[in-house]
Amino acid sequence: MPILWLILIVSAIAAVGYFLGRSRALQSAGGDSRNLHSLPSFYGANVGLKTLIPAIGLLIFWLLVQPFFVNSQVSDMIPGTAVAEGSSRSLVMAEVRRTTAGLNSAVAQGQMTEGEARNPDTDVADITQRLKDAGQVVTSDITQPVLHAAQSYRVMNANGYRVMSIAIILVALAGAAFSWWQTHSEYRARNVVEQGVRVLLLAAASIAILTTVGIVLSLIFNTWEFFKLYPASDFFFGTTWAPSFSGRGGSSSLGILPLLWGTLYISIVALLVAVPIGLFTAIYLSEYASSRVRSIAKPMLEVLAGIPTIVYGLFALLTVGPLLLGVFGDDGFGWMKAGTAVMTAGLVMGIMLIPFVSSLSDDIINAVPQAMRDGSYGLGATQSETIRQVVLPAALPGIVGAILLAASRAIGETMIVVLGAGAAARLSLNPFEAMTTVTAKIVSQLTGDADFASPEALVAFALGMTLFILTLGLNIFALYIVRKYREQYE
Amino acid sequence: MTDASMQSPETGRRATSLTAADARTRKRANAEKRFRAYGITAIATGLFFLIVLFSSILSQGIPAFTRTVVSVEFTLTPQEREEAEGTLFKTKAYSNLFVSALNKELAESGMNVDFDEEAIERLLGKVGGTIRTFYSENPDQLDTPVKFDLAASSRVDGYFKGRVSRDTIQDSRFLQKSDLDLVDALETAGIIKQSFNWPFITGADSGVDNPGGAGIGASVVGSFFMMLVVLALSLPIGVAASIYLEEFAPQNRFTDLIEVNISNLAAVPSIVFGILGLAVFIQFMHLPQSAPLVGGLVLTLMTLPTIIISTRASLKAVPPSIRDAALGVGASKMQAVFHHVLPLAAPGILTGTIIGLAQALGETAPLLLIGMVGFVARGYPEGFVAGFTEANSAMPAQIYTWASRADAGFYEKAWGGIIILLIFLLTMNIIAIILRRRFERRW
Repeated sequence: MPILWLILIVSAIAAVGYFLGRSRALQSAGGDSRNLHSLPSFYGANVGLKTLIPAIGLLIFWLLVQPFFVNSQVSDMIPGTAVAEGSSRSLVMAEVRRTTAGLNSAVAQGQMTEGEARNPDTDVADITQRLKDAGQVVTSDITQPVLHAAQSYRVMNANGYRVMSIAIILVALAGAAFSWWQTHSEYRARNVVEQGVRVLLLAAASIAILTTVGIVLSLIFNTWEFFKLYPASDFFFGTTWAPSFSGRGGSSSLGILPLLWGTLYISIVALLVAVPIGLFTAIYLSEYASSRVRSIAKPMLEVLAGIPTIVYGLFALLTVGPLLLGVFGDDGFGWMKAGTAVMTAGLVMGIMLIPFVSSLSDDIINAVPQAMRDGSYGLGATQSETIRQVVLPAALPGIVGAILLAASRAIGETMIVVLGAGAAARLSLNPFEAMTTVTAKIVSQLTGDADFASPEALVAFALGMTLFILTLGLNIFALYIVRKYREQYE
Repeated sequence: MTDASMQSPETGRRATSLTAADARTRKRANAEKRFRAYGITAIATGLFFLIVLFSSILSQGIPAFTRTVVSVEFTLTPQEREEAEGTLFKTKAYSNLFVSALNKELAESGMNVDFDEEAIERLLGKVGGTIRTFYSENPDQLDTPVKFDLAASSRVDGYFKGRVSRDTIQDSRFLQKSDLDLVDALETAGIIKQSFNWPFITGADSGVDNPGGAGIGASVVGSFFMMLVVLALSLPIGVAASIYLEEFAPQNRFTDLIEVNISNLAAVPSIVFGILGLAVFIQFMHLPQSAPLVGGLVLTLMTLPTIIISTRASLKAVPPSIRDAALGVGASKMQAVFHHVLPLAAPGILTGTIIGLAQALGETAPLLLIGMVGFVARGYPEGFVAGFTEANSAMPAQIYTWASRADAGFYEKAWGGIIILLIFLLTMNIIAIILRRRFERRW
């Protein structure tokens, strides 16, 4: 792994620089560290940081930019005639990359020499056969242009990485030499190092922004691509969801309404389970329970929140589904056809949300000032009357916020609905029928082997965009309500 | 007052007594009792769900840890081997040898059942191949008795665990009713028995038609490498970000922007992070698909908000007097934070990190999108670096893959996998609790 080695080499230069800088500083102070502006270690750190940061920065920048550069160069090399009817340049490029990977690992395994892999005059059929013999995944027909492109792709990449390694080591050495030269007893090493560390801390904090930007950009770009292939009005107002699996020929109808309906329906069922149980639990635990009951019941319920969602998914599929089928299926009421249904997923999701609702509402109920309760008792109200007529109204905005947060969780939940809700998208009112949700369809559209350029795969990004906006809106609204409420008592 | 019948005609109110409750008081008292009962019922329901969940995990998952094996002692002489190697169907010759050995053992224990190789194949799969490979790898074992523990097929396993019974079985190429007679005979002879299922813990995923051979080991390794990436990235970045926000950030728009972003990211559905990983790391940066490295990167972005929130809480818990004292003796702000505040906050930070890691370990949805599905976990990675880049799965994704397969034999594996996953989570949480109990300081 050359990049690993590169990082190690740069680190080694930095480490050597640390000691050289430190000793030069001490030397310039006549061996007495009291004559230095900063502690000796700061002079060392100054050299180390000035070696590491530019070099690593350049490495990251190079790694991000080089693929683009090589891609566009190689892509221009492919003649227009090599792009077959019904195919696209990006598909050909994918083939080029596959061939490149095949050549690379064939060379790495010693089944092909470097010269053979680079030889532009090799027979296409021969090299295809040899790649297949070497156990590489290649398409059956590597064409001459693809092979040429792959070969120059390899060469450009290899050259690029070689230049990169040299450049980075030079930058590291230059940084070390420059900062070593700077070092003398009057140099304000501490201020410089602390400023540098501060910038690093800021960079770490900015990753949160970068992540959000990454999410938004990746959603927007791919959604845009999707709407170029599929009309937006059909997506937002279509009432049928029937992707064609071939990806070609058959037209898909990709209406989001049945998915949104399934999502909402399951979330409503989940909230109908979670809100009463969670709320009453919170009320009992914060107003009635002795501290002993509280110290046992609260952590036990919170175990429910720590269980991974895949466990709930399996629980829905294999335990709750068959159980409900026994009661409401053909042997019982006859309302249910299969174990996977809105009811199954909603019930299990409700169980998952109980601790979420209860601990949030618990905090909010506890935040209601005791004076309000005392006032109510003083007027002769019983405890339950106080709770219903004083505490709950005071806590209501917070509780609504908690319920909205729970709803956003329910909408974004994936594994329970993937396993428990079924796969059929339909607009129906029967809670014992299978329905599907936005999240479940994102998984199923992106885990198949459809290529990324087809509307059937790209629709997942549009679904993701909808989901992101929906949950973000709910969260912001909920936090706004909670915050507004908090200001009243603090 | 004993006389409670004093009327007050002006108001027209009915007489009330302090000793006997009137209807309205009773109603209010009953409402109070009902209200309390609702609360108790709610808690009881929650706990009931918890118990049902755990009992179904345990009752359905524990059978995954035992397997049915047929252990036959078998001696192969060099002549027999040569003869077998000379025939056209080599593995068939070995199966014949096995069948005769089995027959002998059955006869020794006084059982008499008719069976043929096909029955053996239904019970044990391709025995001949296994035996042949064993002897070609260990030629020194010739002429000495060797004990073979051969795994029984998943239907036979199901027969012992109650999944398959004589009433429900249908003759198929997998198992026939008559085979069960043989199984019963083997059981009385003590040849077929239950043993601990090591291959489940150490093995890798198997094909769709072989639930018996599926193991979770490879995906545990995948999860391990992913957690290494998450730990190596999210701990330093999370701590650095929290230090900046808690100790250095000026009050301005940019700081507000960071704060809003962190709190929003904490609530973004995990599947959206999977979309991000797919678009940025795989489509855009061309990192290898299904690699634990990519999974680790996605989970890092997902757990960062959690770690930042808990780290900030523990930095905030260090009293300002510590900072003031450090500044007072001439430390710079940076030295005060790194030499004094950070070490004091370390236990809290570690606890938060472990809990964040536990959360990441159980996450499934984003992994499915970047291709870390169960069936790519076909073996252990070759070496440490390959562990990050080679296609692998993770525990929850492996469980999902098993749960979505048609063969019910995989369901047992899925429950068993959940037990292993929960053991890991439990261990991590216990470590976090111990750390908190042992090192937490109250100021």
